[in-house]
Order: sequence, then C-alpha cells, then structure tokens
Amino acid sequence: MTISSKPGSHTAETVAQEVQQFLEQRTKQTWDPDTDLFSSGAVSSMFAMELVVHLESTFDVVITGPDLALDNFRTVNAMTGMVLRLREAQP
Amino acid sequence: MSGHAEAPRLMVLGAGTMGLGITSLAVGHGIPVTVVEVDETRAGRTRAAVTERLRMAQLMGALPAGRPRGELTVTASPADGRDATAVVEAVTEDTPTKAKVLEAVAGLTGAQVPLISNTSSIPIDELAGFIADPARLVGTHFMNPPYLIPTVEVIRGPRTGDAVMTAVTDLLRVLERKPVVVGDGPGFVTSRVLHPMINDAIRVVQEGTATVEAVDDLMRECLGHRTGPLRTADLIGLDNLADSLRVLHTRTGDSRCAPSELLLEKVRDGHLGRKSGRGFYAYGKELA
Repeated sequence: MTISSKPGSHTAETVAQEVQQFLEQRTKQTWDPDTDLFSSGAVSSMFAMELVVHLESTFDVVITGPDLALDNFRTVNAMTGMVLRLREAQP
Repeated sequence: MSGHAEAPRLMVLGAGTMGLGITSLAVGHGIPVTVVEVDETRAGRTRAAVTERLRMAQLMGALPAGRPRGELTVTASPADGRDATAVVEAVTEDTPTKAKVLEAVAGLTGAQVPLISNTSSIPIDELAGFIADPARLVGTHFMNPPYLIPTVEVIRGPRTGDAVMTAVTDLLRVLERKPVVVGDGPGFVTSRVLHPMINDAIRVVQEGTATVEAVDDLMRECLGHRTGPLRTADLIGLDNLADSLRVLHTRTGDSRCAPSELLLEKVRDGHLGRKSGRGFYAYGKELA
C-alpha cells in the first residue's frame, strides 16, 4: 500500500504506518503501536521535537497549545489519534 | 534607588546556540529580551529559532504555565538594548571576541548593570581586565539546552562585586534555575572535568578501540552518564568543544585537553553535531 500525499486521504492505518516507517528509519528498530518510545530508552526526549516537525510537515497539521505535550508523542497510537483529530479540525 | 526591584529586561549578545537557548529560557519566563546579532543571516533566523526552542521547551513541560511570553527584539545594534537590567554575552569562545563586545556594551548600559559572560572555559578575570569596572563582570555557564537543565554554574571572579552576585542570583531565580557558585579558573568545574573526558572518549573511537555507540552505551549503562560523552559532544557543538579544549590546553598545559584529531576532522568537514544535523551521530531535520 502506498501513501498518497493528497490531503484528506489519510486513515488511522496509513497514518500509523507512516509514523512507524519514520520511527524505524530514525531509530533502526520497529515499534508496536502501544510501546512508549521515551520510557524505552531507545530515543531521547529531544527526539520528540523531530516527531513534531515530521508530523506537521507530513500530515499538514499545526501542533500548538496543549497538544504540544510529550504524552501525545509517546506511542504510535497517540500520535495517530492526534494527527487524525487535528486533520479533522484544521481544514 | 535599587535596580533589583525593576522588572528584568535582558540584552543577549550573540544568537548562536547558547544565545538562542538563553533567550528562549528568558522569553519563556516572561522576560523581554533584546538579541544583538551582527551576522545578517543569523539575525534573520533568530525569531524562528527562538520559536522553535519555545515549542521544544513547552513540549518538555519546561515553561511556567500561564506566564505571558516576554517580548523579543532582534537587532544589530547594542544601543537598542541600552535599558537592559542585565547583559548576557554569548559570543564565540574566544577571548578577544568576548572582550571586544563586553567593552563596547559596558559603556552603553547603566554603570550598575551586571555583565554576564556565558563561557564554558575562559577565566572570568581575564575578561574583567577589559572592562572599566571589573566588579560588573560575572560568569555563567548554562548547559545546552538552558531551558531543560535546571542548574547553572555561576563563576565568581576575584574582582566580581557583591551587588552583581546578588543581581545574577535574583535573575536566575526568575528563570527558575538553581545557581551553583564556583571560583574562577580555566574551565571552572564542569568543562575542566567533562571536556578532557569527552576528548578521551573521542580518542578511544579514533584509535579503533570501540565504536561511538559502544562508548556511549558503556558510559551510560555502566557509569550512569546521562547521555553518553559523544552524544553530549554533539549537543555541545563540536566546534565549540574544540574551542573550549584549546582554551583549556593553552591555560593548563594538560595534553589531554589538546583537541583530538578526529574531533578536528569533524569540525573541518562541517559535522558540528546536532545543530548541523550530523556529528558523531546523524540527526534528522536540522534544528535551526
């Protein structure tokens, strides 16, 4: 399955897949959707900012205010949920 | 008339890694900051770079909730910051460069305004000699990134005045940083101890004894070093680390402080660590 870059074409599955691919590329390991990235010790909390920038540019969303919290980046599922919610809310 | 009761206003000299970090810490704590940067390219990037750091700080829960941000001004002229209650100098780790800007700014600001030199290695008293009133000069050594590291090494030179010590402590309290005051000397405490150790870690890699990852794994997992010396080097900036080692080497004569060949090679290749996207490790998108 390929991921289209057209807005509006993402589903939970495609977002999660893209996030997992990015994580694998950057951390050289695969990630279950519910594994806590930061408590694993495999990535530093500084990496969270890379995730912010990557999600914003890949999914055309803006992450600000209360969404800019580490808990939203802990797991693939948490990131997927936030991205879908923001895409819904930010036309 | 006491200057201490006034709401703090900072002038930060230099928009490099530490200038930007200290500016972000201050703005995030509600303090207005005038950043003086003469390099046009750097000045043009300053606002976005501070915004990026403020986002990072917020992401880490490192900023006080509900405190409005301080106003940020970016200028090429120190005269625009003449009403500052404190000056933080964060230019390149090189005595003549630091001396020149400190001397210039000393004459522009109020006679009681503390001049805070953010340095990792240069003895404060060396710089104090360039200022008409050496009592105004105090050193701080913020770690990178300043908004995530709650403790600051504060260097009291032999000629630093009591009023300046009080002022810098008060400022750090507003910034929610804990000062640890130490005496003067090359590298003070943190750089004097840490930088030769990092240099040795680089030599171990250079000599082929271990990989970058192995060195950091051992230092982290066996010896409790939080990030590992080579990842720390990337965070410091390899050019800054080399500068600091040169300062230490010149002043202590300790051959462990002579920058290792592998470090110098990385600097020559433009691999400066996290800030350039590559150092001992590769990083993703460049952090401005």
